[in-house]
Amino acid sequence: MTTSSLRLRAGLVSIVLLAAFLGVWHLATRSTGTTATMSPEYAKLMGLTATQGKSAMPGPLDVGAKLWEHMKRPFYDNGPNDKGLGIQLGYSIARVGAGYLLAVLVAIPLGFLIGMSPLLSKALDPFIQVLKPISPLAWMPLALYTIKDSSVSAIFVIFICSIWPMLLNTVFGVASVRKEWINVARTLEVGTVRRAFTVILPAAAPTILTGMRISIGIAWLVIVAAEMLVGGTGIGYFVWNEWNNLSITNVIIAILLIGVVGMLLDQILARFTRMVTFPE
Amino acid sequence: MSTFDNPFDPDRNLRAGCACGQHRSAAEHDQAATALRCEPIESEEKRYEGVVASAVMRAMFPQDVARRAFLKSVGASTALAALSQFFPLRTATEAFAATGAPEKKDLKVGFIPITCATPIIMAAPLGFYSKHGLNVEVVKTAGWAVVRDKTINKEYDAAHMLAPMPIAISLGLGANAIPFAVPAIENINGQGITLAMKHKDKRDPKDWKGMKFAIPFDYSMHNYLLRYYLAEHGLDPDTDVQLRSVPPPEMVANLRADNIDGFLAPDNICQRAIYDGVGFMHILSKEIWDGHPCCSFAASREFITTAPNSFAALTRAIVDATAYASKAENRKQIAEAIAPANYINAPVTVLEQVLTGTYADGLGGVKTDPKRVDFDPFPWQSFAVWMLTQMKRWGQIKGDVDYKAIAEQVYLATDTKKLMTEMGLSPPASAYKSFAVMGKTFDPAKPEDYVASFKIRKQS
Repeated sequence: MTTSSLRLRAGLVSIVLLAAFLGVWHLATRSTGTTATMSPEYAKLMGLTATQGKSAMPGPLDVGAKLWEHMKRPFYDNGPNDKGLGIQLGYSIARVGAGYLLAVLVAIPLGFLIGMSPLLSKALDPFIQVLKPISPLAWMPLALYTIKDSSVSAIFVIFICSIWPMLLNTVFGVASVRKEWINVARTLEVGTVRRAFTVILPAAAPTILTGMRISIGIAWLVIVAAEMLVGGTGIGYFVWNEWNNLSITNVIIAILLIGVVGMLLDQILARFTRMVTFPE
Repeated sequence: MSTFDNPFDPDRNLRAGCACGQHRSAAEHDQAATALRCEPIESEEKRYEGVVASAVMRAMFPQDVARRAFLKSVGASTALAALSQFFPLRTATEAFAATGAPEKKDLKVGFIPITCATPIIMAAPLGFYSKHGLNVEVVKTAGWAVVRDKTINKEYDAAHMLAPMPIAISLGLGANAIPFAVPAIENINGQGITLAMKHKDKRDPKDWKGMKFAIPFDYSMHNYLLRYYLAEHGLDPDTDVQLRSVPPPEMVANLRADNIDGFLAPDNICQRAIYDGVGFMHILSKEIWDGHPCCSFAASREFITTAPNSFAALTRAIVDATAYASKAENRKQIAEAIAPANYINAPVTVLEQVLTGTYADGLGGVKTDPKRVDFDPFPWQSFAVWMLTQMKRWGQIKGDVDYKAIAEQVYLATDTKKLMTEMGLSPPASAYKSFAVMGKTFDPAKPEDYVASFKIRKQS
């Protein structure tokens, strides 16, 4: 009973906050009416900002109207430089998916190896520590130069940015499996491979999944920036293209969508994490 | 423009009377030389027809006197009718226009969304590429460095580049040295110096000490023109002001945010700043150098040698589109064709103001200058020599420079001339012309003296 009423009250506060935010936004971006007097033929050549004092920042109503327009036809295709938001998001998600899956395929087995062997763990540690803090976009010029293909470079950047949290979490998860459990397995004469899959993997799974969840968040952050750099397709390109046209309305819509998709990706992995979590 | 003249005009001499072979007399040649450019003609078919017809006439009447007498006695239309009776002019024209099949039909051409790219962009929606048997995808690109890298990486077959960029790439400045070539200049003029509204009383460049200006790229005409303009007014661009390389779309936002005081930028950006009430037009770039090149159409040597027919077809399409764009009456249609999000992605009014030359100056006045931006494809090698002198002047290249050799290697004047002649256009006879920048004459034959003649330059 109390939890449901708490939820209700929290929801109410959320709505009030949203309404207040939208209200302030609307008031702050109202147009100030005709500002300067100018000849009509001159005014015809000028934008609304200059003639009617319309704020350069769009109000919530402009954004809502534009959003509705996009929602009505999310999958149009007007040629290589102008595609619907649905298609753009699809490209971005596909790129993130490809780079991320590659990273999973590399990071988890590698993490397992490193975690199970204290020698490797110590030997590789300096490399990982140096490579980990590098901003993924710093790899971009190098990737473009060596791979010579911008979309593969974008995938590579996703790969390189999502690999470290997964790798480190896997190493940590595997290394910190309780000694008792491993000793029990050893007493029962369980082979190395079987031990890895039946004892260590389930025990380390929650930590690994946490690493994966951090990674997907970073990957989604990075793809937008990478696409702004290489252009072509994707939601990042959409932001850049609309920024080019100084269409802040569309930029705000893109920001909103990036947030929503990021949240969905995070929620999916959060669900997986809950599935493998066990009470101790 | 002799090639387009009516070959059935009895008063016309088919053997040209001037040095370049294009004009009836030396006087006419001199007159035309002041405004050397190729004039577009009504339709391509008619143009080819003209080329073929005059060739036939020439063959029939080796003596000009006889031809004139014949035309005078029967009249031009009868002569044309008679001629087509026994010579299949139409078939010959078609055969003449047909060229080798392109090795590669599906091409990708990169561009930066500014009005300089007009011919490259409009050739897609207005069908100039398909007319020349190509299926071209024009791809919008985020910045000059990205265009460069993607063209070097062969993601693009050819690209829209700032006129000095192919020279810089060929010389290995700011990139690995890879031989590039320019078959056509995109646009001439069409840039401007825009200042923030707060400087509207500071119109004398002498007061600009300490100001911050944005330019699109280091290897750009914008950089050289702005430096030239400042230096002529006694400011050293390296020490008295700050020049920043800023991608064009971010210039307006930076001007609004007060991060910069002004910029010399490609158009639709200048006009966009005015449209949004952020800045005003100080001067058009044509006031610095009327007829200066800005952007070029460039491809790597490798593409040219592996797919020569595709390259020729591309060049023909660009030259065709450029000719179309150079006519004032087509400009409104072009503005509408290139404004959508798939291409430049800008308000139509802004593009119209740039292309038609009737524009708001940002200070409450409406100005008209039909040559605010113009289109002329011929890659003058003297342009390349001038750019090299400026690269030398500002320390981008050091040591001895073989101006002529580089210009001839990168700016394909000879090939383009041949192509234009085949298309029935009349390219200029020489690839070098002298011009004046802010009243100072440039002699392409003496580049080293030109560099040395400037007081303000980077001391090396």
